[in-house]
Order: sequence, then C-alpha cells, then structure tokens
Amino acid sequence: MEYLKKYPKLFQWLFLLIVFFALCFAIDVPETYKFIRGQAEFVKDPNQSVYFFLGKEVRYYAFDVFWRLPPLLGWLPIWINDSLFFLMNEWMPMEFWNEDTQEFKTRPLLLQISRNLTAFMTFLIELIREILLGGLETIVAFTSWDFIDAYPWLELPGLPWTIVAAGAAILSYKLSGKGLALFAGLTMIYISIFGQWKPSMQTLSFILVAAPLSFIFGLGLGIAAYKSKRVEKALYPILLVMQTMPQYAVLVPALVLFGVGDHAAVIITMVVAVPPMILLTILGLRAIPPEVIEAGRMSGCTNWQLMLKVLIPTARRDILIGVNQVIMVCFSMAVISAFIGAKGLGFNLLLALNQLNIGLALEAGLCISLIAILLDKMSLAWANKQTDYFGNLTFFQRNKNVIFFAASFLIGIILAYVGTFIFKGSFNYLFEIPHNKGISTADFWNKGVDWIFDTFFVYIKAFNTWLIQDVLQPMRALYLRMPAVATLVLAVGAGYLIGGIRSALVVAALTLFIALSPWWDRALVTLYMATFGVVISCLIGFTVGTLCFQNKKSAAFMLGVCDIFQTFPSFVYLIPVMMLFGITDTSVLIAVIVYATIPATRYTIEGLRSVPVGLHEAATMSGVNKIQRLTKIEFPLAFPHMMLGLNQTIVFALFMVIIGAFIGTEDLGQYILKALSDKNGAGIGLTLGICVAFIGLIFDNLIRTWVGKRKKHLGID
Amino acid sequence: MSETVIKCESVYKIFGQNAKKMLEESNGNVDAKTFQEKGCIVGVNNASFEVVKGEMLVVMGLSGSGKSTLLRCISRLTDATGGKIFIEGQDLLELNNKELIELRRNKMGMVFQSFALLPHKTVVENIAFPLQIKGTNTEESINRAMEMVKLVGLDGRENYFPRELSGGQQQRVGIARSLAVEPDIWFLDEPFSALDPLIRREMQDEFLRLQEKLQKTIMFITHDFDEALKLADRIAIMKDGIIEQLDTPANIVLNPATEYVRKFTEEVPREKVLIIEDVMDASIKNNLGDLKVSKDEIIENVAEKILTQENLVGVIDSNNNIVGSIKPSKIIDTVFGGRKNGS
Repeated sequence: MEYLKKYPKLFQWLFLLIVFFALCFAIDVPETYKFIRGQAEFVKDPNQSVYFFLGKEVRYYAFDVFWRLPPLLGWLPIWINDSLFFLMNEWMPMEFWNEDTQEFKTRPLLLQISRNLTAFMTFLIELIREILLGGLETIVAFTSWDFIDAYPWLELPGLPWTIVAAGAAILSYKLSGKGLALFAGLTMIYISIFGQWKPSMQTLSFILVAAPLSFIFGLGLGIAAYKSKRVEKALYPILLVMQTMPQYAVLVPALVLFGVGDHAAVIITMVVAVPPMILLTILGLRAIPPEVIEAGRMSGCTNWQLMLKVLIPTARRDILIGVNQVIMVCFSMAVISAFIGAKGLGFNLLLALNQLNIGLALEAGLCISLIAILLDKMSLAWANKQTDYFGNLTFFQRNKNVIFFAASFLIGIILAYVGTFIFKGSFNYLFEIPHNKGISTADFWNKGVDWIFDTFFVYIKAFNTWLIQDVLQPMRALYLRMPAVATLVLAVGAGYLIGGIRSALVVAALTLFIALSPWWDRALVTLYMATFGVVISCLIGFTVGTLCFQNKKSAAFMLGVCDIFQTFPSFVYLIPVMMLFGITDTSVLIAVIVYATIPATRYTIEGLRSVPVGLHEAATMSGVNKIQRLTKIEFPLAFPHMMLGLNQTIVFALFMVIIGAFIGTEDLGQYILKALSDKNGAGIGLTLGICVAFIGLIFDNLIRTWVGKRKKHLGID
Repeated sequence: MSETVIKCESVYKIFGQNAKKMLEESNGNVDAKTFQEKGCIVGVNNASFEVVKGEMLVVMGLSGSGKSTLLRCISRLTDATGGKIFIEGQDLLELNNKELIELRRNKMGMVFQSFALLPHKTVVENIAFPLQIKGTNTEESINRAMEMVKLVGLDGRENYFPRELSGGQQQRVGIARSLAVEPDIWFLDEPFSALDPLIRREMQDEFLRLQEKLQKTIMFITHDFDEALKLADRIAIMKDGIIEQLDTPANIVLNPATEYVRKFTEEVPREKVLIIEDVMDASIKNNLGDLKVSKDEIIENVAEKILTQENLVGVIDSNNNIVGSIKPSKIIDTVFGGRKNGS
C-alpha cells in the first residue's frame, strides 16, 4: 500500500498490462484464422461474409469480434476510388477551348484543371531540362511543330557539361567560398565522367522545379496560417496526417489525377514537401520576439515590408530548416516517383535494384546523394549571404563572378567545338558523356558483392536464419496473436494514463480506424517491423549520442554526420543492405535501423546539449562524478527532448518499413506497392497510407502529450 | 508656452473581449477589480497629459503598471480602447494605415528594452533600415547610417552583427536606428534596463549629451526612479494603469501626491535632486550676507559653502538679479529633516 500511494501511476500501468495480457490469454485464436487470408483481396470465396454499404459490396472473413473486428470501413477505398473517377470524368462538364483542334470541347472541370496544371509543370521541367540537355519542346510550346520543322536550327543544343560544372562551381564560390566551389566542381565532374550526366540533369531539372515551388507554397501557406487562426485550424489536421503519411501512398491517387510522368511527380512532391515547410514557417514566425515586430512597425514598414524585410529574415533559422526538409523530400521523391514514370537517376536506381545490379544502383545512388548534399549546402549558404557596402571594389572585382562565368561559357563552347574534331565519329566527350559510356565502377562493386557473398555466405546466411527464425518470426507471431480488443484496450488505456480522456479518445479513434479497415493484420506486421527497428535504433542512437556528447568535437562531428545521412534519399539506404543480405526481411530491417538511428542519435545529442550550463556547474560543485552527472542530472532533463527523438525515430522507421516493400515484405507497404499497378488502386493506396499515418499519429499523440506534461513539470521550455 | 507635441485625453487601454463595450458602460469609472472579474485587464486607466516640444517626460512605474502599454498606445502599436491622442494636433486614432506609416517614417523613433535589432543585418544595415524602408537609395542611407554610427560612437564596428556586440553596444545601435530618420518625437521603452549598472550610467550620460544636442520631444519609460530623476523634465508615476502623479522631479520629491509615490521618494537623497530654487524663500530679499548662489545650482554642490555662513544667503538668477534667499538651517532641514514627516 505504501508503494501504491507513492507511485500511483506505476500501479495504473501495471493494472493496464495485466488487463491486456488477461485479454490476450482469454481470447483464443479462432481455428479458421490464418494470417493473410486475403482480407483485403476482393476474391470471391464461399467462406466469406458479405455486406453492402453505400451500394458497395464488401467481402471479408468473419471472426469472433473480440479477435478481429469486421472491416466495417471496407467500403471506404472503393468509395474513394469511385468518387475520384466521378470527379475526374463526370463532374461539372464544361466547354473548353482546344488550341490544337481550334474548337470548343466538353470536358469535366477537374480533368481540365489537372490537364492545365500538368501542362504548366511539364513546361517548367522541360525548360530547365532543355537548357541543361538540349531539346525543342520549349520552343514548340511557344510556336508549333511546323515552325520548328521550318527552322530546325532553333533546337536548343544544351549546355556542354563543362559549362554547367564551371557554373555550379562559380555559383558555389559566390555563395560560400572555395570549399563549396571545390565540392561542386568535383561533384559535377564525377557525375559526368561516370556517365551519369543525362539522368542527373533530368533529376536536377525535376528538383529545380519541385523544390522552389514547394518552398514558395509552403512559405505562403505558412504565412497565411500565421496571420489567420482560421487558416491554421483548417490546415493543421492535414499537416499532421501528411507528416506521418508514407510517400508511397500519395503516389497512387496522383496517378489517377495527373497521370504518369515528371509533371505528376512534381505535383506529388509538392504535396509531400509543402507540409513540413508550412509547419516550420509557422514555428519560426511565432518565435519572433514581439519587440522586433514593433521595431519594424515603428520604422514605418508597410505590411509587405514587415513580412519580407523583418519577419521572414528574423525567422530565417527555422525557415532554413524548412528549406533543408524540402530539398530532402524532393530528392527522396525523385527516386520514389520513378514508380510513376519520372525520368532520371531515380529511374536508373530502381531499374538497377530490380535487376539486382548493385554496382549500378550504387553509382546512381551516389550521384543523387552528392547532388542532394550540394544543393542543401548551396541553399544554406545562399540564406546566410551578406553584402559588403564599404569594399572599394574595382569593376572587375565587383563583377568577377559574371566575368568568370562568361569566360568559362566561351571556353566550354570552344572545347565542345574542338571536341567534334577530336572525337570524330564517336561521342563528343567534351560536350556530353553519354549514359553508360563513362567510367563505370559497377563491375567492381558487383564483383565485390559477389566476393562478399562467396566469402561470408555461410556467416551471413547463419545470421540471417538465426535472426529470422529465432527473433523475427516469434516476434511477428506474438504481434499477430494479439486480439483486436486487447490491442484497443492497451492503446486507449495508455492514452488515458498519459493524456487523460482527450488523448484516450484521439487514440481510440485512430486505432479503430485501422482496426475497422480491411488491413488490421498487415498493420500489425508493419508495427512489428517498426517496433523492432525502433528499439534497436534507439539503443544504438542513445549509446552513440551519449558517447559522442562527452566531447564537444565529437558531438559536433556526429551532428554533421547525421545532417549528411539525412540528406540521402531514403531509397539509397536499400542499396548497401541488399548488397549484404539480399532480398530478405533482414535487409529491410537493417535499412530501417540505419535510417531511424539518425534522429535517435541527433535528438540524444541535442537533448543532452540543452541541459543548462548552470546545472552542470551546480552538479559539479555537489561533487558528482561523470556517471552520476549523466544519470542524475543530464538524462532526466534531456529525456523529454529525447522522447521527441523517439517520435521522429518511429516516423522514420515507418517510412523505411513501407519503402522496404520494394524488397518484399508482408506489411501495408506491399499493398501500397500493389495498388500502384492497380487500375482501381487509388482508394486502396490512400486508405493504406492513412492507416500508416495513423499508426504514426498514435505514437505522436502519446509522446507529445507526455513530453508536454513532463516539460511543464520540470519547468523547462 | 511652447508648442504641444503629444496630447492625451483620458486614454484607456483595456485588454479582453468586449473591452470597448464595458468601457462605454462604465462611464469613465473604470475599476480594475470589477473589470478583472469580467475577464478584462486594465492596462491604462484614464491617462491625460501633454508633452511640449523639446520636453522629456519620463513615465515611471513598476512592472505591470501599464507604462509600456501607454507608450504603445501613443505610438499606436496598439489601439487605445478609449480617449483621444493628438500628435502635433493630428488625431492619432483617426489616421488610416497609410498616414500612420507616413507619421512613423518621418516623425517617430523608438528604442526598445531588448534592443529589437534585426539579427540578419549588420550594425550599419540595422541603422539604415528605417531609411531603406522609406525608400531612400542605398548609398545615401548607408552614408546617413554611418553618420549615426559615429554619433553613438560605434565607428569601426559598422560591419558587426548584433550578436557580436555587447548589450550596451547593441542599445547604441538601437538608439542610432531610432534617430536615423531624424524624428521629432522619440520614444524610449526602458532602453537601459537590460544593461549593467555601470554601463547604464554611462549610457544615461551619453543620452543626456545627445538630447542636449538634438532637443527631441521624448517619452522615456523606466522602472528605475533614480533614472527618472536624473533624466526627466517631468515625471509621470504610474500604478495599475493610473497616473498617480505627474510633476517635475523636485515637486515629486518635495510633495508626493500619494502614499505610493512617497515610498519612492523616501530614500532619495534630496540634496542631489533639488536645486536652490526649490527650497529658497522668494519673499525675503533683504538683509543678505555676502555669499550669493545661483538658483539653478544643485544643493549638494553649494551646501558646504552655505553652511559656513551665518547670515541669509542670496539667491540670484542668470542675470545676477536677486530672486530670493536661503537660510543655512534650511539646507540642514532639507537634507536631514523631512524624510520621515514630509516637508
């Protein structure tokens, strides 16, 4: 009883666990139950039950309600699908002027809007692509095919790679200095020499459209939300879901709305990249000290001037993190959107992975990562740039970058021209090194992979077998053994204990949605993989973070490493693990662990860093040693921030688990991947995406509520 | 009498929903307690005063007394709930947005407690900011800003970022920025409160030097009574949104209007605040001794001389006319007496 009074929470938790396990044991597995009996597949089977809702037929395998809830939301994907088709093909037909046929044509409104949007995006992408690679689509867009037939010399030749490389280096120099310029130049030269020029420039043109558009929309919407409570309230739920929605899932509806190709990829990238930008913009603007705003007002700023010259620059730090996120998401999407027909490095990467040509995949992945890092650093440098008013500069000094670029432009053209004489009859290497005609290290890597396989096959295989048979399979079975009711009780109970009625209701709603969807079993498998990944990631991240924190330099170094790793597109992580472990669950899990360790490490270091110096000194003066200081002072205070890291770790892990479906797992991701090639997949894809997002949101809600309370309790923040 | 620059007529600022309606219903009888029960917080309660050209009015009060709110009403960073404010005869609350911006661009400058510098701009860019907002071209605004940099003694640091400066230096930038457009009216919201005592004193002297030169119309907010005494032409003491007393420093020290004001004046060394004119007897101009003192002398500076006299000491104005006299015992009275029982 003493303990009960002292730690009432502990006993409440114990009680919850007891109820949970009691339920687990009390409810038997139905004899007819077999995992993946295709609850989601709409195959007719006499054993299935059927119900009709809104005119949709839903078939499912009925079980005891305590064991698995019936898929009462089974109609939702079908309904979403039908609605989308209706909106696209039948809703609000209107007369539109058709340029090509010179007459009015009746078309549904949404289809027309989607076509116009698509045309606009295609134009933007083509414009940049043709500057970099040459072509004639842009000129045709302004004139016509006949015109170009008459004047064939109008076709853009594209810039020789030497000029683009020099341009990138000079721009980097202007923005940041020698270091970045060197990096930019080397990156470009590497890309060119290794024959990745064309796909790289295709990807780059995609990014150069998607990233600025996402930035502008995100900033704009963020400002709107900052200015108007109503806009913020309307945006908030969407932002929340989008934050945890796997990127795969949005691809499917995009297919229906915008078709296949780069333009659809850009639009879908914006859908994914804009929400974090909005959130960070709001965060940054909110954090501006009121006196700074007043100072702007007293300086006589109009509303526009206040926004552009005071608010946005002052909130620069958070907005920059937003830009960083946008670039990260864009590169991630550059790969994933290859599924819906985007050209470039992503397509090559997927193709290579599909053919299990690890060497090629590695080269493409390296290129995309290098470009990602380069753009990230350049955007950062751009935002931190400053002008010098007092330097008494000559004309040459002031315009040296322009002059250098003009010079390199000329030299590049001359080189390319000279190249036509040197490389007569073959490819002009000074103009563009064609794909697969550069140096390739693919063979080397492939041989390396083979060697690893030959040499370590026994060990890898043994490890694999052990992991799968002794750890993963039992764990998976345990998760699937949970009756739906027990899971619900556990989730809702945890919600209640952490955040009271409000949290309990939110968690209940989210869990019920998943439980009532046709994919509860799949969700459990997703959860098991994510849990496994998160636990290991947290252990590693926590240990590494704590160790690195002991020394200022190593902490800074580690944060830098995290930065760079975070810039890699998520798909790239699959390459090395496939190299080592082939196509197994182990591969996916290791990719999950590597990817999810990034936020775990980062937040551990940041959390420990945020402990006030005064407390350090107070602790030292109380005569604690290093370990006591860690356990008694630093961990308790850093713990809330580290829990936020856990939150991120979960989101990262979920993302990677879903992407892992590409290798072949049995979770929700597999169905999303399937939906991609399904004519009626849009509804399924979207509902699955929401399911994954909700798993993330359940943890998000619980952790955030707990952290909020804890921080208040500790009086930090 | 010189020209009135700022004029407030029963200004109210009440925070909360329905504030306007409740103010109308109260008929000008605003009681903070009853308002608070209805969910409204009274920031400024019936403030009426005038500030004339070249005068420095110091508004003094503890935190939460509404002094900053009053300043923000007059600069219209917040809209007053009731009352009228005139800036050089213009009704401030009637101005539309464009006119307000014009007014701020040309007539007003403000200095903030936390300096409120733009973190992404250098010293010179910060100072040039109001000019650039106005549309002055870059070269001219930078040149003007450099003049201001020299005025506040920051030469050589014009390319520093605010984060690279000490608090005192940052506030110099804040002061320079507020003066860049040569405003007639200068608002200072606790400009020196965030500074160390030594730096604060230095900045106060610097500020007095600047004001000597510039002769702006000033509203200065502080929570430091000594600072108020040192700087002010007149002091307004605020409590719970109400101006308890508005008078010259000498009158406040000599005749505190309320018990609250008296608490502040009790510990004040009068000989450092009062001048001879404040304590002289203007009715007796005969039978004076040899010593004459100027009426503008601070008592502390002449006390020793006066105390050596046995006769009445004559008080003269700047034209050497005798305007009154002072008994040596009066000095002792002023310095040692009257603290407990008032004067």
